[in-house]
Amino acid sequence: MTDFYPLLPALFLGIGGMGLLLAGLAKANATQPVTLSAITLLIAAAFLTVTAPDAVLFGGLLKTSLFTRYADTLIYLGAIAALILSLDYNKREGIARFEYPILVLFAVLGMIVMISAADMMSLYIGFELQSLALYICAALARDSVRSTEAGLKYFVLGALASGLLLYGISLVYGFAGTTNFAALGGVFRQGAGLGTVVGVVFVLIGLAFKISAAPFHMWAPDVYEGAPSSVTALFATAPKTAALALFLSVMAGPFAHLTGQWEMLIQILAVLSMIIGALAAIGQSNIKRLLAYSSVGHMGYALMGLVTGTVAGIQASLIYIAIYVVMSAGAFACVIAMRRNGQAVERISDLAGLAGEHPGFAFAFAVFMWSMAGIPPLGGFFAKLVVFYTAFNAGYDALTIIGIITSVIGAFYYLRVIKVMYFDKGRPQFDKTSAGAGFVMAVGAFAVIVFVAVPGPLMAVAGAAAKALMG
Amino acid sequence: MLIPLSHYLVVSALLLVIGIFGIFMNRKNVIIIMMSIELILLAANLNFVAFSGALHDMVGQVFTMFVLTVAAAESAIGLAILVIYFRNRGSIEVEDVTLMKG
Repeated sequence: MTDFYPLLPALFLGIGGMGLLLAGLAKANATQPVTLSAITLLIAAAFLTVTAPDAVLFGGLLKTSLFTRYADTLIYLGAIAALILSLDYNKREGIARFEYPILVLFAVLGMIVMISAADMMSLYIGFELQSLALYICAALARDSVRSTEAGLKYFVLGALASGLLLYGISLVYGFAGTTNFAALGGVFRQGAGLGTVVGVVFVLIGLAFKISAAPFHMWAPDVYEGAPSSVTALFATAPKTAALALFLSVMAGPFAHLTGQWEMLIQILAVLSMIIGALAAIGQSNIKRLLAYSSVGHMGYALMGLVTGTVAGIQASLIYIAIYVVMSAGAFACVIAMRRNGQAVERISDLAGLAGEHPGFAFAFAVFMWSMAGIPPLGGFFAKLVVFYTAFNAGYDALTIIGIITSVIGAFYYLRVIKVMYFDKGRPQFDKTSAGAGFVMAVGAFAVIVFVAVPGPLMAVAGAAAKALMG
Repeated sequence: MLIPLSHYLVVSALLLVIGIFGIFMNRKNVIIIMMSIELILLAANLNFVAFSGALHDMVGQVFTMFVLTVAAAESAIGLAILVIYFRNRGSIEVEDVTLMKG
């Protein structure tokens, strides 16, 4: 029985999701209760996850450790925030279908399976479960051309990514003779031939697509813009965390001994992501598109930690992703609150004069923008500081300097949003902010501001999680 | 006569390349993109089965079973998204999937 305890959150989500599916079919207007039940399930699963012990399950297919619990908790946080935001937004947009929270549950199930994976097979199954559920979420507003186009683009590029990942896995399997992570680690200790390296590169490209690291980011702006804002809020938090955690666990797990082969590639991904995140966002007028490019940049910073390949580097990446989840959930709560006359508005110029009319909303938005720009003393500053510090200490001077320069360039477009809110003349006349969006905004802003006072616990947990991963 | 492993690998690499080119070079029809995605998955499957035979290890064949199932689910979802897209847009030409850019 104790063996199955670490599996309980996954069982909970899977069985709960199927139960809710039946309940939603049996009852008319079930969206509100199903969403609330899904949130409750996620909270329960989070508690079960936090208290679960380390274990190896199903003959080495799944493995839980502090690292997986850390990433799982962040995923639950992101998914809960996205579901809270969807409660009101989906109703107002006329897309309040009870299937949405259930799809989110299945996507979360896929994410926790792929993060806990200790074998390429369970990795692939979890990866696909999450992707398939998310393709449907992107096309949730099925009467909107933009949403369905987003769904189509996400599907095509997502399927291409999983195809490449799978091809890479097949080569790794063929040349190493096993799909088990521990066994692969043992094989690669003796070095690797050309076939394996090609396989590793394919796996890396597949994962880079999923975290939308440049140059594999082209889907992200379109999908972020086209998908309903509540779904975009989900895309920017939970799947990003999951994909990055998977990236870390694969690169620092089975491929740890191939550092020489993949280190250069990760550096290229990080540098390109930071540059594209900083430059491409400048010309954007749509706030969701701007946040999409900003997330590309953030992934670049998060990858910088991995480049070093040390425990400190992984710790820095984990801290970065935790703070990123909070910032981006909060920023999307602000985007979701941008509504005029019952219509969602998404242009940055629509924010003009916000500070005069809704000071609290404008302040929260400003906090998230400052934090993403990396201005002290907010959480985003410490995230960047930790990453730059570890990269610099590990001798990656050029990488650190590029990171600092791009974050200065990036500050321009974040500060422009603040300038529009506080100094431009206008009357946004936004509708009343929903309780859910207000709650996520307030909690997020509070966490980002307070992090400076109590950074210790997060740093300690991230450090222990990184140590658990590197073994 | 036994067919050597390298022949399988060459065929599967060709399938992969055809699949990737099918996605990026095709300007006509989204259905062709779906077929290209299937080709990529089949290329991986062929690899798995060939390696499984060469290594005398069943894991590759089990993996293939999972991949086949996932590929079926994937194309079902892809076609469903394509149907609602066609309903809204009235066209499935790749050149028309450009409402959002930049």
